[in-house]
Amino acid sequence: MSNINRREFLKILGIGTFMGIGGWSMFEVVGKGEIEAFAEKYKKVPGALQAKRWAMVIDLKKLDQQIINDCTEVCHRIHNVPKILNPKEEIKWIWDEKFKNAFPELKDDYMSSEIKNMHVLVLCNHCENPPCVRVCPTKATFKRKDGIVMMDMHRCIGCRFCMAGCPYGARSFNWRDPKDYIKNENPEFPLRMRGVVEKCTFCYERLDRGLPPACVEASKGAIMYGDITDPNSEIRKILSSNFAIRRKAKLGTKPSVYYLL
Amino acid sequence: MLEIALKGSPRYWGWLFFLATLIGAGVITYLYQFQIGLGITGMSRDVSWGLYIGQFTFLVGVAASAVTIVLPYYLHNYKKYGRIAIIGEFLAIPAILMCMLFIFVDLGQPMRVLNVLLHPTPNSVMFYDMIVLSGYLILNLLCGWVILMSEKKGAPPPKWIKPFLYIAICWAPSIHIVTAFLYQGLPGRDYWMTAIMAAKFLSSAFASGPSLLIILCMLIRKFTNFDPGKEAIQSLAKTAAYFLLVTIAFYLFEVFTAFYSGITSHQYSIIYLFSGLEGYSKLVPVMSICVLLAAIGVLILVTPPLRKWEVTLAIGAASTFLCMWLEKGITLVVGGFIPNAFDRVFEYWPTLPETIITIGVWSFGFFVLTILYKIASSVKEKAIFDKYGEKQIKA
Repeated sequence: MSNINRREFLKILGIGTFMGIGGWSMFEVVGKGEIEAFAEKYKKVPGALQAKRWAMVIDLKKLDQQIINDCTEVCHRIHNVPKILNPKEEIKWIWDEKFKNAFPELKDDYMSSEIKNMHVLVLCNHCENPPCVRVCPTKATFKRKDGIVMMDMHRCIGCRFCMAGCPYGARSFNWRDPKDYIKNENPEFPLRMRGVVEKCTFCYERLDRGLPPACVEASKGAIMYGDITDPNSEIRKILSSNFAIRRKAKLGTKPSVYYLL
Repeated sequence: MLEIALKGSPRYWGWLFFLATLIGAGVITYLYQFQIGLGITGMSRDVSWGLYIGQFTFLVGVAASAVTIVLPYYLHNYKKYGRIAIIGEFLAIPAILMCMLFIFVDLGQPMRVLNVLLHPTPNSVMFYDMIVLSGYLILNLLCGWVILMSEKKGAPPPKWIKPFLYIAICWAPSIHIVTAFLYQGLPGRDYWMTAIMAAKFLSSAFASGPSLLIILCMLIRKFTNFDPGKEAIQSLAKTAAYFLLVTIAFYLFEVFTAFYSGITSHQYSIIYLFSGLEGYSKLVPVMSICVLLAAIGVLILVTPPLRKWEVTLAIGAASTFLCMWLEKGITLVVGGFIPNAFDRVFEYWPTLPETIITIGVWSFGFFVLTILYKIASSVKEKAIFDKYGEKQIKA
């Protein structure tokens, strides 16, 4: 939407004004369908990466402490995620968990401690059937057509129903003003205020610019992403030839983040 | 009728002033919370609801419990409740107001609360909760006020109010069912995700509500000339007794399901609440007191001589009310968050500011309740005889 240039904008404005002066509202002249088609045309950002449903595959064998630190660091830096040390008020979009915590239902007494304590990067699963979207009373969190579960931090009333609804603990609440906890602010990404919920947004802003999610870029190949509905996509090829698991799949949320063991 | 509330004894004014002081403390503390954020509470990213939402949940039950008086009176013409129908209806009003306030103080961005109306979202249970709560508030205000007004005039209530009375009776359970649906429809919260939740909510409401009404009736009798009637109080006690037993049974059903099935994730919250999990046991004393109070409640309310003697009845009613308050107002909400999504235990305990705000909201509720009861009892005192010819004031 952002790429309407000035000339086009003025043209639309001119037509609108003309219609207004003529005593006609634009809606009476142009049908609703036409407006939608018009809007649809401008929704497509040239060069933007698009998919029917975005998904991610995280290869746990390729993860090491360095990659994990890089991924979380870059994500939290570019998205102005405050660094709050108090675990009660922490805000996390992507972070390091142990296997036994990320997959508690798979925990086993005889599992090697190596696997139990294996690093797992966890983030919002961008579920196909997201409970957080279902419970939100203001549509402040919603699912986009491309499968990304988005947050409108300016509409969120901070009721935290989505946090109770999310079975993955992927959502964080701003218990106080986050500005005091951000060292180097990235002016290109909006800051949040206290009292709203936030989470990973699959780097929608980078996809629009034709860039992969920041964690994918920083992961040195450990994280792959793509359109899961496209049988020729990289991730579909990986999923068809590897055994992959998803967190708490039995809950029916249909997570879009897969893990390779 | 409101003018009645402006004339009262020094004790009446003293009580209102006391409540106003507590409300003031709550408001000032709320301003502090508004300034800093919800970080001043004991809630965390793992236990993201606490005392506020617990109080909301509990008070929806108290509001719904008006139906335990209104239903027998209007549907079954149970005359003993003629005098106290208004007591039930007028309890529902401050209860709903407190519910709304507790939701409000729990919001991170309270200035955006109207977004719920601006962007109505029918897939969210919260949307329906808003509708049923405000509807119930209006119904009770309307029914209570109109009937009391006609009583004041010494005339029978107008006919057009009848459909509203019946709607209010059907509406009452809906507010608590919808509130239970807030919890029982969430995947991954095993303590809440059980079909018995709505049933248990209703039964515990119909135990705690009548218990509170028993105490309120006794206080009204003590401090005014209006007598709610010994039989009415006894009937309330029986209602509370049955529903207390049903609630305990429902809880035990849940325990059976969790432990006989052997599904550990269903057991964790229960283990945490009763004996602690991984060395964390902050809520064990609360749950122990809850069990003790339930036992006292059962003993007194079920044993006829103890139920009939009003001294023990008052203790039994208070125990039942407190037991349900601890269960629904604290442990239910917090227990559902423990352990968290990563199988870790992060505990919750309310902070001082959180507690002061909570007391402030409760005081506001009692402030409204006092005024409404003052009006109701003054009207009732003047009427002397109710429409069935039974004497309403103390001999």
